Amino acid sequence: MIDFNLVPLLPELFLAMAAMGLLIVGVAHGNSVTPVICWACAAALVIASLLLFGLSWEKQIVLNGMFVFDNFAGFMKLLIILGLITTLALSVKYLEQERIARFEYPVLIVLAGIGMMMMVSASNLLALYMGLELQSLSLYILAAFNRNSLRSAEAGIKYFVLGALSSGMLLFGISLIYGFTGSIDFGVIGSALVGLETIPFGVTFGLVFILAGLAFKISAVPFHMWTPDVYQGAPTCVTALFAIVPKVAAIGLLMRLLFDPFMAMHDQWMQIMYFVSLGSMTLGAFAAIAQANIKRLLAYSSIGNMGYALIGIVVGTPEGAGAVVLYILIYMVMTAGVFAIVLGMRRDGIAAEQISDLSGLSKTNPVLAYSMAIFMFSMSGIPPLAGFFGKLFIFQAAVSAEFYVLATLGIMTSVVAAYYYLKIIKVMFFDESIEAFDKGIPFARRVVLFVSVVFLLLFVLRPDAIVESAQNAAAVLFT
Amino acid sequence: MIEIGLSHYLTLAALLFTIGVFGIFLNRKNVIVILMSIELMLLAVNINFVAFSAYLGDLTGQVFTMFILTVAAAEAAIGLAILVTFFRNKGSIAVEDISAMRG
Repeated sequence: MIDFNLVPLLPELFLAMAAMGLLIVGVAHGNSVTPVICWACAAALVIASLLLFGLSWEKQIVLNGMFVFDNFAGFMKLLIILGLITTLALSVKYLEQERIARFEYPVLIVLAGIGMMMMVSASNLLALYMGLELQSLSLYILAAFNRNSLRSAEAGIKYFVLGALSSGMLLFGISLIYGFTGSIDFGVIGSALVGLETIPFGVTFGLVFILAGLAFKISAVPFHMWTPDVYQGAPTCVTALFAIVPKVAAIGLLMRLLFDPFMAMHDQWMQIMYFVSLGSMTLGAFAAIAQANIKRLLAYSSIGNMGYALIGIVVGTPEGAGAVVLYILIYMVMTAGVFAIVLGMRRDGIAAEQISDLSGLSKTNPVLAYSMAIFMFSMSGIPPLAGFFGKLFIFQAAVSAEFYVLATLGIMTSVVAAYYYLKIIKVMFFDESIEAFDKGIPFARRVVLFVSVVFLLLFVLRPDAIVESAQNAAAVLFT
Repeated sequence: MIEIGLSHYLTLAALLFTIGVFGIFLNRKNVIVILMSIELMLLAVNINFVAFSAYLGDLTGQVFTMFILTVAAAEAAIGLAILVTFFRNKGSIAVEDISAMRG
């Protein structure tokens, strides 16, 4: 029987149509319409999120088992769309200032977004691969988007080569899983693995390859080496995109893959993810200390943050999964705020990227300095800011599943990480002030800054609603 | 005469895949060689898929191969395009010249 129900794909289909339509508009009118296309893409994303709300969030599997839509997919897609809109809002002015305002930029962001939405909805290894590639191919181009900058081109090459290597490993893993279980469907793989006395060697081997490929995408140790260079070399608005959105999609994909078809192999993948998580937290904490460039520092910070998120996956309980979703949400808001400030660091029209460029910011621009201080306190996990609750729920899940060592080491590395977050605050408030940054923060960037500050400050008042919806979303994976 | 079976194909694919991975990491000369190594890895995976597909008597593997071929073509196009922008900035595509950022 041919299953041709396309209703759960409406948001993706709409975005694909919108992206292609806007590409035609761009080709017809040239680069002068870039801001218009940026806002049109943002509007298309808003409409897609409304379509998402219009769908039934009950679990439904369509296209002969290729595509699943449930509460988890819906929640992750909302986060992705929100992240994409934020990045678009942050980018418009920056593209103009850097003279790279070309109309492909917003279209590529939307295409990458479709790939990410496919990733969190994949219920088949083929759909997973196609979503991942659509996302990656768009991101390779975005990394090299500043054609006249050597660093941007170099970031593009590095990201491309290592990304292609990781897709190769992922595919090799998929081929082994296909060979040894006889299917690429999540449901069939899951039922083939349940109740086996010993897991076939080929399946374990395949899963290791798949995890290696996905660890690249979330920049977890030992596959993190591209992250600092790509974050530093890519245009800052693209770095913001890299830090905010693809992580959500890749973590969502990883959760669905590990908790749905491969839950029977929890003992095997738990050991791998344990060391990946531990390595990411440690490297993220120690390697960031020596950095002078703020984009590089944020790269190591994102590696560390992925380590904390992975703790919740290692635990393998609904509670842990809920904590991951919440952690990712809070991480997204904090990162968006930080990048709203980093994008505004310009002197005489030239982007400033060193941490020392922030010195004395509290005197020259107190508003920016205080909001940056809030983000840094939140990132280092100081109560009552939202970042504290993200870490709290993760460690709570780890402790209640008796992963004491992991939780202890996590807390210790977060103390080390607090050093470099607090160092930024020290630079802003206690160092000699230097020349002020250029005046004039665009309106969209102000909104992003304001929303993230308010979210981080007020989260403590009403955490229940957000925590509960994160828990509910993650709980679907375990039914 | 030895019968050529599944394990032969898998060994061949694993060997080609390993050669591809080593080609990326041990190569110190030219980025084009890296692109060729990536292609080699993807083709090794295709051999795996087709061999499994024939062994299991199931078409899924061959369908997957078609998708991989298409994506590999797109990937090569994007890789070469990025390489061209790099060459225009640097005037070289030697691997050792891709080193503006370190640390």
